[in-house]
Amino acid sequence: MENLQFLVDGFATAATPLNLLLALIGVIVGTAVGVLPGIGPAMTVALLLPITYGLEPTSAMIMLAGIFYGGMYGGSTTSILLNTPGESSSVVTAIEGNLMAKAGKAAPALATAAIGSFIAGTIGTTLLVFFAPIMSKFAVSLGAPEYLAVMLLAFVAVTAVLGSSRLRGFIALVLGLTIGMVGLDGVTGQPRLTFGIPQLGDGIDVVVVAVGIFAVGEALWVAAHLRRQAAQVIPVGRPFLDRQDWKRSWKPWLRGTAFGFPFGVIPAGGAEIPTFLSYITEKKLTKHPEQFGKGAIEGVAGPEAANNASAAGTMVPMLSLGLPTNATAAVMLAALTSYGIQPGPLLLQRESGLVWALIASLFIGNLLLLILNLPLAPAWAKLLRIPRPYLYAGILFFASMGAYAVNGSAFDLILLLILGLLGFTMRRFGIPVLPLIVGVILGPRVELQARRALQLSGGEPKGLFGSVDSATGQFVFSAIAVIVYLIILIILFWPLLFRLIRKALPARAGATVDHLSEELHHDLDTDDHGRPRATADTGGVALTASTSTSTPPPSRDDGPNSARLKDLE
Amino acid sequence: MTGSPPTAIEASAPSRPDRDLAQLGLCAFLLVLGALVLYTAATLGDNRTGVDPLGPGAVPLILGPALIILAIVLAVATLRGDRGEAEAGEDVDLDRGVDAKTVLLLIGVFVANIVLIDFLGWVISGALLFYGSAIALGSRHFIRDLAISVALALITFYGFAIGLGVGLPAGILQGIL
Repeated sequence: MENLQFLVDGFATAATPLNLLLALIGVIVGTAVGVLPGIGPAMTVALLLPITYGLEPTSAMIMLAGIFYGGMYGGSTTSILLNTPGESSSVVTAIEGNLMAKAGKAAPALATAAIGSFIAGTIGTTLLVFFAPIMSKFAVSLGAPEYLAVMLLAFVAVTAVLGSSRLRGFIALVLGLTIGMVGLDGVTGQPRLTFGIPQLGDGIDVVVVAVGIFAVGEALWVAAHLRRQAAQVIPVGRPFLDRQDWKRSWKPWLRGTAFGFPFGVIPAGGAEIPTFLSYITEKKLTKHPEQFGKGAIEGVAGPEAANNASAAGTMVPMLSLGLPTNATAAVMLAALTSYGIQPGPLLLQRESGLVWALIASLFIGNLLLLILNLPLAPAWAKLLRIPRPYLYAGILFFASMGAYAVNGSAFDLILLLILGLLGFTMRRFGIPVLPLIVGVILGPRVELQARRALQLSGGEPKGLFGSVDSATGQFVFSAIAVIVYLIILIILFWPLLFRLIRKALPARAGATVDHLSEELHHDLDTDDHGRPRATADTGGVALTASTSTSTPPPSRDDGPNSARLKDLE
Repeated sequence: MTGSPPTAIEASAPSRPDRDLAQLGLCAFLLVLGALVLYTAATLGDNRTGVDPLGPGAVPLILGPALIILAIVLAVATLRGDRGEAEAGEDVDLDRGVDAKTVLLLIGVFVANIVLIDFLGWVISGALLFYGSAIALGSRHFIRDLAISVALALITFYGFAIGLGVGLPAGILQGIL
């Protein structure tokens, strides 16, 4: 059980008074910023990166862990009290949560979300303790061809599985890859897309990209459409659960956790699918079906647990493979890179102390949140009333400060503005943000691995599928690489396959499928605003797509259905 | 004044036309970017070697055509009535169209910060950034806004630059702060 030994060491690092204080500050500031309307966890982490700049990497990651959980918790508070999901993963929580709040049950809704998040986060992090080292051992065994294939899978997964439009997903991905290409080529030193500007030689800092696309893009987009009267905030007292609420919540918490963690771990992660699955399940199993659609506590407890467990699951590929599978993980990886730490399969070996301190502080942050947030909820709710001009002016202010501080140069502010305008354009045309960020982060690494793989094979294209066995001198195809490429093909051709499978399915199975998708549309149509529920913060506009089509999908690839069905296979 | 009704109404106004022709602008952008990437690939020359069989040109040779193909596919889709789902949000009122005046004012304030930050320093240019943005966004509490701007700029400067060692410029206030 050497994992546990490492974890104990991690706690020893994370529990020093200074680091505990940093975790506490992180949790408080993270919640305060995450609670602000329109700011999701990813933007929270991106905007608050500068506070960690002066710290050494381990302390910085400890603080970021606090900010991360604070941002997640803040986001669920906002979605319950304001019906405004900060990112698509809280969309489902917002459905029943906001209805509960409107029915005068804001306090139990917030409490079940907070306690459910704590339980799911703790179980999820415990699983992370066991899975990350296993994954990491597997990751270290990967050669260049296999690692290349896995990264390509991540590309295809965030692009084609999440989100409503594959075309738009691929546009975002290719834009991200192009941004990632800017700078001097790592091997030959030749400039690519630098336009002779010396500051572009080192490439565009990922932090600047994330802050530009998330923060500046969002601020400009909202400014262009700013609602003149602010939405109504539901007042809230101190959150509590009575005996009945506990009885109705604990099973959904555990089931939500079971849905969330696995989806976080796989590269096609993201919390949209597990939160939705959890919602459907709770609706099926509840003893109070009449309350669904009017504010049922199970409908908050389950999805919120699924959301948090999925976030913990996301840490597995992030720490063991360096793969970001949601926007928040992408920003955390960007932060790691800005400390000169290379994310990737070797992270857990090279930076073992840092990684375990980070994992330990996930436990600590989770506990701090529970202790802090039950009593502080009314204070957080007040933050929702912040005047909108201050909110968005503040985003621009902190975004500029953070981007300037990366290199201490005003040139990055020019890039920040250009990227902000790109973010604005993407929001205007419904282009998802996540594939772009993933492209920027992984693009250079994909190129490096491809060049390495072909270098090993002496330029033979088959070097992408396997390598020469050093013992026998024979070329061997890599089973992992071939299987991963097959999965990629299946995902890419899924719409076609789906049609074929449905034709082949017996009538009864087909009817079940139709029934499920009808139910999905019914649930999502309960939105009383009559506008799309999902925001495209993470690029997961999956649920938006479904609201716009009211018929069951026979052939088109609309996100959640096809993804869910694939999962049921 | 900026609080006046929106000055420019775009395609996303309530009565939606069948096709979102503004999307063709995005196609044009992708097309130009694709051409630029291909041009870059051409300037790199053939640098493939035994040690580096792909060379620096392979990635731009993939991305350039990919951008161009995506531009064409999006153009065709646009003409066939495809439209993106503009991002919604609690503070976003999509029925209002784009308020170009506010956006341009914000960009102006942002650019002013870029130009001034190294000379005036973060405290002055950052305060101007917040003050200008808040007013552009419709705040009319001129004195309160100014107080908040200066306070924020001072707090961030002392907290980050002096407290945490984050690199923010002092500018002309060097020696005073």
